[in-house]
Amino acid sequence: MIRLEPRKEVSKHLLYMTPVFAVILTIMFGLVLFAVLGENPLAAIATIFFEPLTDTFTLSEIIVKATPLILIAVGLSFGFRAGVWNIGAEGQFTIGALTGGAMGLALYNVEGVWVLPLMCLAGAIGGIGWASIPAFLRTRFNANEILVTLMLTYVAVLLLSVLVHGPLKDPEGFNFPESRMFHEAATMPNLIAETRAHVGFLVALAAAVIAWLILARHVFGFQVKVMGQAPKAAVFGGFIESRIVWISLIISGGLAGLAGVFEAAGPVGQLVPALPVGYGFTAIIVAFLGRLNPVGIVLAGFVMALTYIGGEAAQIKMSLPSAVTGVFQGMFLFSLLGIDVLAKFHVRLKPSMQLGPAE
Amino acid sequence: MNHTPLLEMSGITKNFPGVIANDNVNLSIMPGQIHALFGENGAGKSTLVKIIYGILRPDQGTMRFSGIPYSPSRPFEARAQGVGMVFQHFSLFEALSVAENIALGMNKGVVGADLDYQITEVSNAYGLALDPKRYVGSLSVGDRPRVEIIRCLLQNPRLLIMDEPTSVLTPQEVRSLFKTLRQLSAEGCSILYISHKLEEIRILCSRATVLRGGEVVGVCDPSKETAKSLAEMMIGLTLTLTERKEAKFGDECFVVKSLSVQNQDPFGVDLKDISLTVRAGEILGIAGVAGNGQAELMDALSGERTITSGSMFIGSEPIDQLGPTGRRRLGMCMVPEERLGHGAAPEMSLWENAMLSARTRKGMEKNGFLDIEMARDFAREVADAFNVKTAGINNSANSLSGGNLQKYIVGREILQNPSVLIALQPTWGVDAAAASAIHRSLQELANAGTAVLVISQDLDELMVISNKFAVLSEGCLSEITPTGTLSIEEIGLLMGGTRSDVSVEDGK
Repeated sequence: MIRLEPRKEVSKHLLYMTPVFAVILTIMFGLVLFAVLGENPLAAIATIFFEPLTDTFTLSEIIVKATPLILIAVGLSFGFRAGVWNIGAEGQFTIGALTGGAMGLALYNVEGVWVLPLMCLAGAIGGIGWASIPAFLRTRFNANEILVTLMLTYVAVLLLSVLVHGPLKDPEGFNFPESRMFHEAATMPNLIAETRAHVGFLVALAAAVIAWLILARHVFGFQVKVMGQAPKAAVFGGFIESRIVWISLIISGGLAGLAGVFEAAGPVGQLVPALPVGYGFTAIIVAFLGRLNPVGIVLAGFVMALTYIGGEAAQIKMSLPSAVTGVFQGMFLFSLLGIDVLAKFHVRLKPSMQLGPAE
Repeated sequence: MNHTPLLEMSGITKNFPGVIANDNVNLSIMPGQIHALFGENGAGKSTLVKIIYGILRPDQGTMRFSGIPYSPSRPFEARAQGVGMVFQHFSLFEALSVAENIALGMNKGVVGADLDYQITEVSNAYGLALDPKRYVGSLSVGDRPRVEIIRCLLQNPRLLIMDEPTSVLTPQEVRSLFKTLRQLSAEGCSILYISHKLEEIRILCSRATVLRGGEVVGVCDPSKETAKSLAEMMIGLTLTLTERKEAKFGDECFVVKSLSVQNQDPFGVDLKDISLTVRAGEILGIAGVAGNGQAELMDALSGERTITSGSMFIGSEPIDQLGPTGRRRLGMCMVPEERLGHGAAPEMSLWENAMLSARTRKGMEKNGFLDIEMARDFAREVADAFNVKTAGINNSANSLSGGNLQKYIVGREILQNPSVLIALQPTWGVDAAAASAIHRSLQELANAGTAVLVISQDLDELMVISNKFAVLSEGCLSEITPTGTLSIEEIGLLMGGTRSDVSVEDGK
């Protein structure tokens, strides 16, 4: 029987290094995988991990993907530190896109610099509203937020689909299930000309900086940390659990909603049923890969974005299946969790133990 | 009687990373002997018994059991040889019955279909009344060690190891336990009795091995020693007991009127109509066996639990509606029972733990932002003033030994200059030197005019430090009397409350 024994001293530096090891391990798994698939493994890894970094367009596409990932993961980091498991950022993202996008459509062809901020506000409020449902159910009825947030994701995706097939459908769109394209005032300004990278990226970076400040210096950052590590100590410290649940779900819902509007009013440019492509789920990996630390999350966001772009490149150049992106993201999380376990525990091989009291 | 020791350990050494837990320990227990193993926390007692019981293996040294080489690699082998162990922290499942719990910890083949019958028989033979069908969750804390003892007795042990069995028992329960142990000893079963309660060792044991810093520092006949000389052997320095000052008390600082709490937890205790007053400069001690509402009372007083009815005041300010932070602002500080996980977040640094309870009163929080330098300074101040042994304030709380962390927590609360201090079990599981340091600082705090309320199971502690005294039993508080006006006998009866299954007769 394999037994895990906790290490007495867990090196802090080692814990910061584990994401790097996870990246290396993932690349090594990738080499094996491609060799088994009969591709040239080095060429495949180069296509996925290195070539996207050599071209301005692919770099801008990395920013496009990293923006929602960073924004959502920064929001999730609060709850994850406190032990509030919002698994449904994808749903909050979708509702944010929906409410923000609907605001943009309601103001169709209305000019004014305030149109886009209003859409962002609507999107954030939509995300907060969606996240408030699990917050209420958890604090009032002790319902498990993991299940509630996850299930509400499917509701949100279907809700988007219904509305895009119905009231939000483009009147001149030949009955295709998609909204109008947002007009100029309702579209995210570009960050780099001729690319899809938009100013939302700056908002994501600003969110990371503010989150860092709150986590490192503000009493709320302290609260989520204590609540996550020692709930009774948090109560002793005068912190109220329900308040922490509410605030962390509001933060993660709000930022996910904002990411949703950015996506709709940015690279996509309209509301379509296929708008949610899994950023909300991938952001969970990003949050952990970044050690729930905003600086780490920014880095991890880029790494994850790279797997998206690299995966696309692999599809186009090497005609590999699109699943390659998901496989790599899964391997990332798996390697990270595995290395974490090894960093925190010794593995001992022992014969199976006789059941007895308090070993 | 033969003269081969039942268990003979020679040259036992066990190293853990950075610490030598046992250093060349020799120990020999004769058949039928009640042998005490005592020493401060961290002296290496637990490591040594874990080696005997096969949980740990020594790095060096040999053991012989009845003259035959003995080196169990797991508890199963130790049990097969006739070694039984009753753990300090009971390893019982509350939701299972007595018989099920007993069956779980026994070797295969020993458990028969007639387990219930065997349990009843053994419990009658040794005066340990216990119904095999009862759920452990419904047993009083005082009855629970019986389950462990019977589990051991069913396996006909030749050596019974008891790790601080009396820490949760009333004086009467202790006496009935001792009666059982003497009966076992008379039947030839050896007992290794681990304790830091010196009086018990003097009364019960005929031989004692004293451990300090992992080494044997003395072997003696405890009945020929005084508690003071034993304590000095254990601590290695001459004890100075703190003098109780006859003080005049000031204003009423902390008042509780008719406090009642209904517990949501099916195994919890309701508090019924508790009233008390603590004046400035006074130490009120509340005794009682664990599980009689101490935790509930502590949480209600500190604001961590909502109360059903009644009212509480700090000075003249009502505090019923306030949480812990609001109460701190009005001058209350608290020392909870659990060091790790309640009084301190285990994985957080000492300075972060300073912010946990001191940020309000020490002004570390400004507009919601925390002044980290201030927290670090305060953590250093606490560590210096209370002689906390640590490599630095960046170390995590769980890197400190129990006594040091407790000194840190108590110091953190005291240095906030509270007008009211509430402490639950302030010296639980702490070595004698740290305990006396904590006692002294509580008394100094009271002398400086703070109202101090100490809830504790340790009667000796309360007798030493408190001016007034009451007993909490089954959620009810007895009359508050000046300390010293009740005899230990009367206190014991109050602690036993209305429980009728305690045998009071006999004893020494």
